[in-house]
Amino acid sequence: MSPAALETKLLCKSFGALAVSSDINFTLERGARHALIGPNGAGKTSFVNLVTGVLKPTSGNIYLGGRDITPLPQALRVKLGLVRTFQISALFKRLTVLENVTLAIAEREGTANDILRPAGHRRAEIEEAFSLLEPLGLANEAMRPVTELAYGRQRMIEIAMALALKPQVLLLDEPAAGVPPGETGAIIDTIERLPAGIAVLFIEHDMELVFRVAKRITVLVQGAVLVEGPPAQIAADPKVREVYLGESHSQ
Amino acid sequence: MTAPAADAPDRKADIDAFARRHKFRWTEALPWAAAIACYFTFENYHALGAQIFATILFALSLDLLIGYAGIITLGHAAFFGVGAYAAGIMAANGFHEPLSGLVIAALAAGIAGFASGAIVLRTSGLTLLMQTLVVAALLQELANKWTSVTGGSDGLLGMKIDPVFGVFRFDLFGNTAYIYCLAVLFLGWLAARNLICSPFGRSLTGIRENAARMRAIGAPVERRKIIIYTISAALAGVSGALIAQTTALVGLGALSLGRSGELLIMLIIGGIGRLYGAFIGVPLYMIAQDRFAAVDPVFWYFWIGLFMIFDGVFARGGALGVIARRRGGSPPQ
Ligand SMILES: Nc1ncnc2c1ncn2[C@@H]1O[C@H](COP(=O)(O)OP(=O)(O)OP(=O)(O)O)[C@@H](O)[C@H]1O
Ligand SMILES: [Mg+2]
Repeated sequence: MSPAALETKLLCKSFGALAVSSDINFTLERGARHALIGPNGAGKTSFVNLVTGVLKPTSGNIYLGGRDITPLPQALRVKLGLVRTFQISALFKRLTVLENVTLAIAEREGTANDILRPAGHRRAEIEEAFSLLEPLGLANEAMRPVTELAYGRQRMIEIAMALALKPQVLLLDEPAAGVPPGETGAIIDTIERLPAGIAVLFIEHDMELVFRVAKRITVLVQGAVLVEGPPAQIAADPKVREVYLGESHSQ
Repeated sequence: MTAPAADAPDRKADIDAFARRHKFRWTEALPWAAAIACYFTFENYHALGAQIFATILFALSLDLLIGYAGIITLGHAAFFGVGAYAAGIMAANGFHEPLSGLVIAALAAGIAGFASGAIVLRTSGLTLLMQTLVVAALLQELANKWTSVTGGSDGLLGMKIDPVFGVFRFDLFGNTAYIYCLAVLFLGWLAARNLICSPFGRSLTGIRENAARMRAIGAPVERRKIIIYTISAALAGVSGALIAQTTALVGLGALSLGRSGELLIMLIIGGIGRLYGAFIGVPLYMIAQDRFAAVDPVFWYFWIGLFMIFDGVFARGGALGVIARRRGGSPPQ
């Protein structure tokens, strides 16, 4: 059997006394549609940061397609096909939408190291950027600086940039966060249309989106995995209900 | 959601526009036309002109760091000084050929940039600012103490420079110096322009805008910063060498904080991150200084201070920033 797309073993991270990840054993199968849910501050984003190399784990290991990537720097993990998006849009705000995407393509192709020829010579990369923006409905705004776009539209650029890297494993950190309720449809469509071969892990608070897309769900509470299983099992789990009911009572 | 077929012609126009966004524009010829015109109209100011060109190159190298890569520094004079001393020490010790002097200066400053960059670029923000300052201060102290080679506080004397290509002698009026510095500036500008329009240069802009995102798309951010720091240092070194060769003088001031700070002011006046900010800010500053500072240096800094406050409050982005906004134009690319 081929190894899982992504796996963590006894992954731990603490900031001083605060344990944001405790012994997380997690497996993302090939082609998975896997949701990571949990209350605010559960450590979901921290988990993505650990896996992608933004944070160094206190202990434990991370495997990408069976290969131990724990010591690898962020850039190399991306080269191996591990790509993420950000919960709060992290774009090149003063640059155009098109430039945001072409920067990602240039990194993927390795052309970003070219110091001699003008960037405009890479016409194929520009065309590819358009072909990415087109289905996301962003092509008409391609030439505009990112700041001029509504935040909901910027969330789509987040996804466009990730897709530009042709990921094997895609980690989406609350892709619909900040998107006006009427516009989440486009995000859900995009996620559903992702190539089947990509393993997708998405963090999400919107339960409608979670249950519509996810084939498997992991619930994270206070840095530890509470339960994991298919949606029906999670929906029926009393521990999960307690966490979410408890949360809604306290709010 | 979209209708690609109907939009196709538009896309082609957009793609063309984007692919051609770095094409030369006629306005880019203006500084060079002006420089050549000034050669004939201001015959008594060739020496000052040469200094201005060399300083523009220096400011250009700083713009690559601050304006494009977003690396802030207050110690850029370190590399200017290393280049100046490298060229000066060569010329004072029997190697009088000027072009090889420039090459050695670029190498020496580039090495200094690489070595210090590999250390200081691990930090950012104020820490980085302090560390760049410290590097320059250390080098200045080294030059101060190592009198047998550098001449210490008396400055490096006894430089002798051969004619350029063995033909064009450096004259008292600065005629040769003017053309020499202009030609080197032109080459430096070509290189810098080429660099910022290249995919590598675009990625620097990405690092300036959002380094975390650059890492997330797989860019080796730290390595790129060290590369541009090294290139910028080498350019600054050439600038220092130009001034050393054309004035036949190198002093500790070449490495001073004042030199770094003044350069930053010139760049801010012209506009940071716009490639041509150096071409506006440096001549404005240096010509104004030449006119007024001799009369009353204290007053000179008063006006500069007032201008900086004005720019901070109202203008933002220097002269080119104002022009761009008046034309409803773009932020720095
Ligand atoms: N760099 C840091 N230093 C100290 N504490 C941190 C750091 N980053 C995150 N934390 C803490 O770790 C905990 C988990 O944060 P994290 O952002 O991973 O939660 P999350 O599950 O993504 O929450 P949300 O649903 O609100 O996005 C929080 O208590 C947060 O304050
Ligand atoms: Mg989060």
